[in-house]
Amino acid sequence: MMCGVCGCGKDEVQVGSTNGHRHDEHQHKPHQTDDTRRLVQIEQDILSENAGYAVANRELFEQQALLALNLVSSPGSGKTSLLTATITRLSGQVPLAVIEGDQQTSRDAERIRAAGATALQINTGKGCHLDAHMIGHAMQQLPNLQGGLLFIENVGNLVCPAGFDLGEAHRVVILSVTEGDDKPLKYPDIFHHSDLLLINKIDLLPYVEFDLNACIDYARRINPDIEVIQLSARTGEGMESWVDWVNQRRQQRLQQRISALQAEAIRLESLL
Amino acid sequence: MSIANSIIRLLQQQAQEQHFKRVKHVWLQVGPLAMVEVESLRFCFTAACRGTLAEEAALDIISPEARARCQQCGEEQPVTSRFDACVHCGSYRLQLLQGDEMRVHELEVE
Repeated sequence: MMCGVCGCGKDEVQVGSTNGHRHDEHQHKPHQTDDTRRLVQIEQDILSENAGYAVANRELFEQQALLALNLVSSPGSGKTSLLTATITRLSGQVPLAVIEGDQQTSRDAERIRAAGATALQINTGKGCHLDAHMIGHAMQQLPNLQGGLLFIENVGNLVCPAGFDLGEAHRVVILSVTEGDDKPLKYPDIFHHSDLLLINKIDLLPYVEFDLNACIDYARRINPDIEVIQLSARTGEGMESWVDWVNQRRQQRLQQRISALQAEAIRLESLL
Repeated sequence: MSIANSIIRLLQQQAQEQHFKRVKHVWLQVGPLAMVEVESLRFCFTAACRGTLAEEAALDIISPEARARCQQCGEEQPVTSRFDACVHCGSYRLQLLQGDEMRVHELEVE
């Protein structure tokens, strides 16, 4: 969320081929001459605007029994390769789409489409993260995904995406063994707010100085409940555990929706 | 910058709801673990205010101490990071009670 430092701006956001709406028009008000000053207690969260959009997205995902996962990592951890390998294993089984967040280009969306899934590119321009408002607009462009999967590949950045709830069911942080094993300590917020840590590129472990146990220990100091899966999107090792994790969560999501609908049917029947 | 812009949008919304025309003073609460660089926020806030109802508004940022409760032994304590261990029992299972907030606390308006 260090947008103050990295110069985030919403103005250049592009969802798919359409221009992102501007919601930050300034109001020019004439100077008020009366001197009736007063204090107003506000106590409002600065990110409450994003939180409102996130709530709306979450309701939409629940109604569609759609499992939305927010994938966060630094650039180069292998998010897109992981997604293409995941799509190969899941395509044809369930409705599936990917929202790709990048500052520029639609290269990642093209890679996803080549793997056989629907992909929508959001270009954030100078922005360093996706926000819930962009996801709401992206959902309007995507086909019906009822009962399926939505992967949101966030902008490669371990700082700002931590602060922005997109309405996802789970946040998944990806760390590759070519990075430092102490990254959880350096960027604690993103690990604190994630449910699953995927350690990618484990086929390279013999060639790098990455202490797997230390990394997991650091991550659990910040988030004792974080789940960990080790895998290599390239060789396929560990991919089965990840795909199982996704499928289990998707089944749970469907079950929750079925229970909610059954409860509603019972309520309505009682009114007959 | 997007945080500073969010603050301005929040002020504009409040101006309609609470019927004021200008904002003279803004008090924010930004905890030490809120992931925001306070000096950057000050700089961006000044820029974001230009041409708005909060033009030249004074800004005060209150930073409450970060405190957590250990879910293992129940002791409450001050913390300095998300990965502090409990000073009483050594557990990392600390639940943050305050210190990551980022909110508009109070306004002086006219």
